[in-house]
Amino acid sequence: MLQLNRDTLIEAYRQMRTIRVFEDRLHLERPRGIIPGGVHLYAGQEAVAVGFCMNLGEGDYVASTHRGHGHSIAKGCDVKAMMKEIYGRQGGLCNAKGGSMHIADISKGMLGANGIVGGGPPLVCGAALTAKTLKTGGVALGFIGDGASSQGTTNESFNLAAVLKLPAVFVLEDNGFGEGTPSSYAVAGNVVTRAEGFGLRTYEADGADFFAVYETAAEAVRTTRAGEGPAFVYVRCDRFYGHFEGDAQTYRGPGELDDVRQNRDPLSLFRARVTEAALLGDDRLGAVDREVATLIDEAVEEATNAPKPPLSDLTKDVYISY
Amino acid sequence: MPRKTIRQVITETLAAEMRRDPTVIVMGEDIVGGTGSKGQLDAWGGPFGTTKGLIAEFGPERVIDTPISEAGFIGAATGAALTGLRPVAELMFSDFFGVCFDQIYNQAAKLRYMFGGRAVTPLTIRTRYGAGTRSASQHSQSPYSVFTHVPGLKVVIPTSAYDMKGLLTQAIRDDDPVVVFEHKKMYDVEDDVPDDSYTIPFGEANITHEGDDVTIVAIGRMVLFANEAAAKLEREGIGCTVVDPRTTSPLDEDTIIECVEDTGRLVVVDEANPRCSVATDIAALVASKAFRALKAPIELVTAPHTPVPYAPDLEDAYIPSPEKIAAAVRRVMEDG
Repeated sequence: MLQLNRDTLIEAYRQMRTIRVFEDRLHLERPRGIIPGGVHLYAGQEAVAVGFCMNLGEGDYVASTHRGHGHSIAKGCDVKAMMKEIYGRQGGLCNAKGGSMHIADISKGMLGANGIVGGGPPLVCGAALTAKTLKTGGVALGFIGDGASSQGTTNESFNLAAVLKLPAVFVLEDNGFGEGTPSSYAVAGNVVTRAEGFGLRTYEADGADFFAVYETAAEAVRTTRAGEGPAFVYVRCDRFYGHFEGDAQTYRGPGELDDVRQNRDPLSLFRARVTEAALLGDDRLGAVDREVATLIDEAVEEATNAPKPPLSDLTKDVYISY
Repeated sequence: MPRKTIRQVITETLAAEMRRDPTVIVMGEDIVGGTGSKGQLDAWGGPFGTTKGLIAEFGPERVIDTPISEAGFIGAATGAALTGLRPVAELMFSDFFGVCFDQIYNQAAKLRYMFGGRAVTPLTIRTRYGAGTRSASQHSQSPYSVFTHVPGLKVVIPTSAYDMKGLLTQAIRDDDPVVVFEHKKMYDVEDDVPDDSYTIPFGEANITHEGDDVTIVAIGRMVLFANEAAAKLEREGIGCTVVDPRTTSPLDEDTIIECVEDTGRLVVVDEANPRCSVATDIAALVASKAFRALKAPIELVTAPHTPVPYAPDLEDAYIPSPEKIAAAVRRVMEDG
């Protein structure tokens, strides 16, 4: 923790806070009926996206999941354009063609949220292959959930990355549930030893603890960038909302969610750590809170008022030429 | 002009494009063969020898043997295309699309649209199709209609060495994902092919035989059979125009319609199964846009609605033949 300077800590907090408020706000806005499609919220897992993406540069790539808002914000996607995308409006990051589940910005190295569980890992191998072939010094990082750990594509990608010695990092965020089914039920054996079986360097971190994630990410990314081959990081974390908005989460036990929110909130834990260590005061953190609140207010306001896409967009951008 | 086989032309085109553009890589199962073994490197050059010799010139960084892991490496080719390479991935047999189709149709095909036009995916997938090799149901199919159905993909089915060179060159240089189908029984087809590179644009059909009475639209290897039938029918006094669409997506609708308007009769020949196929698509196109030009009902000559059988007599009966095509032409002549 001490190796991070105040500016870095502020940046980490700002990004985590931005993700939290973005998601909390979507939770409130979604039932109002203006947002056309479903959303899968990332609140509760902020330390993972931010802890990893702060260890990546502009030449590095990230592929995400259906729960992709946090990864997108952490990789530098424009928050207001993301909000417009989710509202299906002009100025959306994907011109209102993708929505929540396909947010992407290739120019930022964000290769897309993905509507297919396990859709991302092969793409990560490809981005890592580009980095290796063109000798860019870049790494490609794939976030996957516990659900994707059972997909063939994920395991094929572990194998392919190891065989081709690709600069790829796979980050498994086990938030306890693949949709509505507990990972304790649906994931056989141990995912860390599975990855070890493919010859990946493996790491583990507590996803509620930003500092643990950051430190682990730094080591996994550093060794991968140095040419030591692909890495796998298992992160245990918790989501504060359901699989999708509207999910009553009746699969959770009594008091489970309250316990998670009280004891496993990465933002509260971060705040406590930095204030106790007197690295940051409530005044500076409070200033970030106010700035983030303004940003998200503006993002929602602008998205709500942005024009809908013209109908001529329907047939645009299927091909470059046809 | 030098005579070259389709097999030679594929290797020559891959090499030429790799020399021209350092971001072009080729990858697939056994495309080198023997990587990491104690035996001969480049042992196979692909199961039909189409990539043989590339490793010697371009090395293992650009000519990559992959694990038998189609979803993994087709997806990796997609991700590489998205981030700055121009990969040519080989799907050994198109029958194997079943294990990797998500990466093709939910990822590669849709990335540009889903990302609002801000993604470029210059991916080429070379794959093999076709019956006639006694390889039974899982190594003999012609599933190009499945790919043709998918917005975002371009589908190319070359039928001569000349076309293979021009269309494969275009596929590799094309910035959209392209699937190129190679018929396993056509690698030794030989014709005149210039040494210099050239491209053939997609969506431009080729007329391979001309006649006034019947239009035959044929797909892939069936173009050769249709030409054979047309030559025989010509001696009987029946003139056939044979249209080779060359690409099923985009499809040269105009040439098909124009030919049917000229002849007034249509036979569609397709080695694939008939339900929701390229053949039925072309029949529907003509029925909806040139109905009044038709003097007789459209005839379809296709495989039956069955998997590809193993026994030689059964497999031969499965594949449309020049005789069946000629019989269909005679029927439409008798009908009107």
